[in-house]
Amino acid sequence: MSIFSLAITVLVGVLFFVLFFHLSNFLLDYFRVKASKNFAFENSIRVIIFIAPAFIVLFIFIIYPVFETIRLSFYDKVGENFVGLFNYTWAINDPDFRRSIINNLGWLIVVPTLSTFFGLVIANLADRIWWGSIAKSIIFMPMAISFVGAGVIWKFMYDYRGPGDQQIGLLNAIAVALGFEPQAWLTIPLWNNLFLMAIMIWIQTGLALVIFSAALRSIPNETLDAARIDGASELKIFWSIIIPYLEQTILVIWTIITILVLKVFDIIYAMTNGQWQTEVLANLMYDWMFRGGGDSGRGSVLAFCILIGVIPILAWNLYRHKQEQKV
Amino acid sequence: MKKLTFTSVFSQLLLLLFVIAWIVPTFGLFISSLRDKDVLAISGWWTSFTTTEVNEIYRTKGKEDQIKEGDYYFIKSNLFDENQGKEIYRFGITSKNIDEYEVGETALFKDETEITVFENGDYVWKSKEEFKKKKGKRIFVSAKSPPSFTLDNYKEVLLKEGLGQAFLNTFAVALPATLIPLIICSYFAYALTWMKFYGRDLLLATIIASLVVPLQMCLIPVLTIYNDFGALFGVSAKSYPGIWMAHTGFGLASTTFLLWNFLKTLPSEMIEAARVDGATHYDTFIKIVVPLSIPSFASIFILQFLWVWNDLLVGLVFLDKHPSEIILTAKLKELLGSRGENWEILTTGAFVSMTVPLFIFFSLQRYFIRGLVAGSVKG
Repeated sequence: MSIFSLAITVLVGVLFFVLFFHLSNFLLDYFRVKASKNFAFENSIRVIIFIAPAFIVLFIFIIYPVFETIRLSFYDKVGENFVGLFNYTWAINDPDFRRSIINNLGWLIVVPTLSTFFGLVIANLADRIWWGSIAKSIIFMPMAISFVGAGVIWKFMYDYRGPGDQQIGLLNAIAVALGFEPQAWLTIPLWNNLFLMAIMIWIQTGLALVIFSAALRSIPNETLDAARIDGASELKIFWSIIIPYLEQTILVIWTIITILVLKVFDIIYAMTNGQWQTEVLANLMYDWMFRGGGDSGRGSVLAFCILIGVIPILAWNLYRHKQEQKV
Repeated sequence: MKKLTFTSVFSQLLLLLFVIAWIVPTFGLFISSLRDKDVLAISGWWTSFTTTEVNEIYRTKGKEDQIKEGDYYFIKSNLFDENQGKEIYRFGITSKNIDEYEVGETALFKDETEITVFENGDYVWKSKEEFKKKKGKRIFVSAKSPPSFTLDNYKEVLLKEGLGQAFLNTFAVALPATLIPLIICSYFAYALTWMKFYGRDLLLATIIASLVVPLQMCLIPVLTIYNDFGALFGVSAKSYPGIWMAHTGFGLASTTFLLWNFLKTLPSEMIEAARVDGATHYDTFIKIVVPLSIPSFASIFILQFLWVWNDLLVGLVFLDKHPSEIILTAKLKELLGSRGENWEILTTGAFVSMTVPLFIFFSLQRYFIRGLVAGSVKG
């Protein structure tokens, strides 16, 4: 399609929604003037105009699908015949599924931990160095890049050439320079998972960094100065004042990255597609969704497993929201 | 500046180390996208800043180019197709001994013709008899190649590989998929904040729960709805409006939540005063709330735009891989599969897909960060 027709499509799409709200409210006002002043009625119509589009979208794309997916997990591949727990027993006995669970657990442990740790360390370092904000910008930059783009960047870093050839991947060039054999990093089981996780850490450290930076600024300077006057070392201040102060923030960052990691898909799909024992739930689910015409039962089971991982965080968020509402 | 202490030097070094580790991968990609594809395939990008020594094979011209001068036949030409600034320092005429001769020396072929190769690639091939073969001979050269960068890869990728079209497609997906949720959710968030209605708290809790629901949970049923819808009306459901609505749906909870977080910080007296003066909720929304919310709109716009621009999964499921619809990330993934060894295509393609996010990042970083922080600290 040409730029022109694309632009028209885009414009029509957006205008549709602008006009919906404008016209419906206009009509409401118009009839209000004519009809008797029934405020309660008018208000409830207005509420419906305001929330209906969002609610319908929310219902179609989130609420209904969640329950439908749970239902489908008890049905066969076309979603017509009830098969009980068949899909679940299949999953438990499936080697790919077991591999995915183990890998996902690995991701869940390594990525949030290291991203949070690096973010915290860098935020602290950058805070007291005059070129810190430039450093923060650079480390934050991968946040703007797509996972696929990051995948290409790192695939290039991990590129492998035979022992005699010149290496064009930086990691192998370094390995060779240090006197080691070049390695096809992404094909070494277990280790390759770490190389994939490195990409996610590379991206998510930036997120942790900016949030920590904002939180660090809220620590009162008097507290820190008082500790310094008392002769506390920077390391002591870090562990005894800054860490306890940032407890909530650490938890929040941890949950954000955890949710992201649970559904990690793009990186695996682009880099290894689950080969060499790097399978994860989201990739396996995508695979089952489209492999051989699709299997909605197995796909749903896999999706449901991801949801189960999220439920503790979901409950915690709701709990915190309730606490906030009370205040 | 503080005085130099061991701690401050150490922290500067440590931070520098982090910065280098974080920038080098992207930098390498960028440099590689500017290198000649033949050089890129055989040498690391870090060698591109210095003069490198390369061994290459060229072929001389054949009989068509010969000229007769006196008793001899000559073929005079240049080994290089175009001037790349390479300097030859040795050459050879057999694969066994590729650097047998010093540049400027004369080498003797088996058929008693002789050739002289010069530093800039010029050569003179001399024979007593007429040249008979159409094909020239192979010449092995060792040359010094100065740093050289080119935009050829970008031309190739944008025009021939179809990334230019994919770039436009991504815009056509991302703009409405950002604006539509922003429009819908601003009304929704307003209602959640300032209107009183039955079930408001439940709705809010639903939004908060939806924030963390994994996308994967929704894909299969939504795809089924799309297919049914498509079958009903006899059109392909995988279309631009389809993916706009999908992105709207999947981004709705976070957009609403961020807006709600912002709207509840507005002074309620102002809203109530307007209401008492007889303004409808619609007037209040358009004339008071929207102007005040522009900065937070900007933050949310950037977050959602980047999310959609960088998304792969939704694009794969809800759009065809047809050239007129394929988005950048899907195209890039396709290239990873089909052109996995063509690093000039991959590095350039990846960089093209990153231009818009990087532009937004560097020009609007403040809003981007504000959005992220608002979404996390409060949430």
